[in-house]
Amino acid sequence: MNAQPFGFRSVRTAEAAALPIGALIASATAFGLIVAALGDDPFEVYRMIFVGGFGSWFSWENTLQRVAPLLLTALCAALPAQLGLAVIGGEGAFALGGLAAVEAAILASRAPAWLDIAAMLTAGMAAGALIVGAAGFLRAWRGVSETISSLLLNYLAIAVFNQLVEGPLRDSSDLNRASTFPVPEQAMIGTIGDSGLHWGLAVGLAACVGAWVVIFRTTTGFSMRIAGGNAQAARTVGIPVDRLIVGACTIGGAAAGLAGAIETAAVYERANNSLIAGYGFSGILISFIARHNPLLIIPAAILFGGIGASGGLIQRRLGLPDAAVTVLQGCTFLMVLMAETFRGRSLRDLVLGEARTS
Amino acid sequence: MSDIGVFGTVMISLVGGAIRVSTPYLFVSLGECITETSGRINLGQEGILILGAMVGYAISFKTGNPWAGVVCAGLAGSMLGALHALACSLPRVNDIAIGIAVILFGTGMAFLVGKPFIQPAAPMLPALDLGWWSNSEAIRSALRINALFFVGVALTFALRWGFSSLRWGVVLRTVGDSADAAKALGFSVLYVRFVATVVGAFFSGVGGAFLSLYYPGSWTESLSSGQGLMAVALVIFARWDPLRCLWTSLLFGAAGALGPALQTMGFGQVYYLVSAAPYALTLGILIASSSRERRAAGAPRELRAV
Repeated sequence: MNAQPFGFRSVRTAEAAALPIGALIASATAFGLIVAALGDDPFEVYRMIFVGGFGSWFSWENTLQRVAPLLLTALCAALPAQLGLAVIGGEGAFALGGLAAVEAAILASRAPAWLDIAAMLTAGMAAGALIVGAAGFLRAWRGVSETISSLLLNYLAIAVFNQLVEGPLRDSSDLNRASTFPVPEQAMIGTIGDSGLHWGLAVGLAACVGAWVVIFRTTTGFSMRIAGGNAQAARTVGIPVDRLIVGACTIGGAAAGLAGAIETAAVYERANNSLIAGYGFSGILISFIARHNPLLIIPAAILFGGIGASGGLIQRRLGLPDAAVTVLQGCTFLMVLMAETFRGRSLRDLVLGEARTS
Repeated sequence: MSDIGVFGTVMISLVGGAIRVSTPYLFVSLGECITETSGRINLGQEGILILGAMVGYAISFKTGNPWAGVVCAGLAGSMLGALHALACSLPRVNDIAIGIAVILFGTGMAFLVGKPFIQPAAPMLPALDLGWWSNSEAIRSALRINALFFVGVALTFALRWGFSSLRWGVVLRTVGDSADAAKALGFSVLYVRFVATVVGAFFSGVGGAFLSLYYPGSWTESLSSGQGLMAVALVIFARWDPLRCLWTSLLFGAAGALGPALQTMGFGQVYYLVSAAPYALTLGILIASSSRERRAAGAPRELRAV
């Protein structure tokens, strides 16, 4: 890369676009082969994903409705990732956030609507912040692997969620499934104009832009990125790495909790186990595809929201189980991660094996 | 012998339950022990476990032979392990993230391919009846111990011996402790880690077959709830020693058996909280055994901070 007086930046940009696109093509191909091996027509599946996710305004509405929580759960992974942490606590934070939000909204139902909504959203954020912040705290305090601890905290959070929803907080008049009492009418989150989209989408977009500004345009964000590159060096120059770790995890958790709160108040009305639908896990994947860049999270979330929205159509039309979408996500995740190996290396390097593997 | 009281019954069912529940932990932790001794962490064991459970069940159903199911579960696990190992062989690929991807992919594949096997009943693995001498049904059922547990115990001692005394054990530890030293001695680090990951994944696949072919003993999509991940954490606590993996697995098994045992005593209301005991135990153990100042004793030096 030394003989590039002015082309360097454009090569980097081209690479930044080519790698994820290449990875997506590779994963679509791998997924197609799996589908073909199971005896289905892969091209029909691709078509269904397009039709179900992006083919009409109806499917766009469906997709964007999924995008709203995904933006926030992706931030839950992306913020700690700036510090080199792989946090996967979004799922538990999402569920508990939804539950805390419902209960807070019910408790504050006598208050004016704006106060009720504020209490609801704050409670959701606090619950999420607690779960993921704990993983960050354990990392900073004892050096516990944040990946494993946040996964365990997920299971613990979901156990607490189930215990509360099936036990003390259950609305016994709902015989179909264990659910809490509904969010009071005044605290429900409405739609934007007369579209089918709720305000959560706007919140998610604003949060992504805000996170981008913090990460790339403030000293705090700069410190985070330095600490992510080399924690030792960051400590040497006096950056409070531990505080940044706890802070990034707490705010990330708050984002996932907020997603759960909004999802409950805008879509489900009650907290029940439909909140545990994998939004937290998909968020991790989206964050990695976006290389933890909050602005790139937006297109990645739209892509995955679309794939998720098409799951139902694939199931109905082709009889493929829901898990087909999980397989596609898994393929994509693998390919995106493997594509990292090509970053910054020309084809010539790869062929000649210039960069030695260890 | 017939009158051992409620407490005695619970204790016996807890011991029996501990052995029953511990078997998948034992297999996954032994497998992960091999992989981590070579200096690499495989978080994908959870996905490998679930795929193993599905393949084991499907093959047992198709062939009528549960042991064929066990072997195929191991092979399927190995294939997923090979995927993990190949991906991690590429420079600058994050092994923790690849582990998460393998969990997602393995789980998805198991659910996708395994959909038709949710209903039928496959032949189960046999158990050894060590309680024949007793006329108490509680004792007899507690001592009806699955054959795979004994395989796991035998493997524990074989691995312990192999790690310390056999050529491959020494090579494995050399690679795990210093990749540079291993290279200087002429060993291919990537190849050793590849084999260690594939063999480790075979163990996890077998652990998965236990889930679907003995206890709980059917293929459903909620079969595993993090046992694979907990086993990875367990290895840290067991300090990369196969024998300690055995004891720790039994401890985890006991924690997992607590829920059903308490339910028989009438504490059914807090079922969800009690069933979370193994997660809380794992987290507590992780906190206690981690330290930011020093590396855990016995940790392979090439292993990234866990």
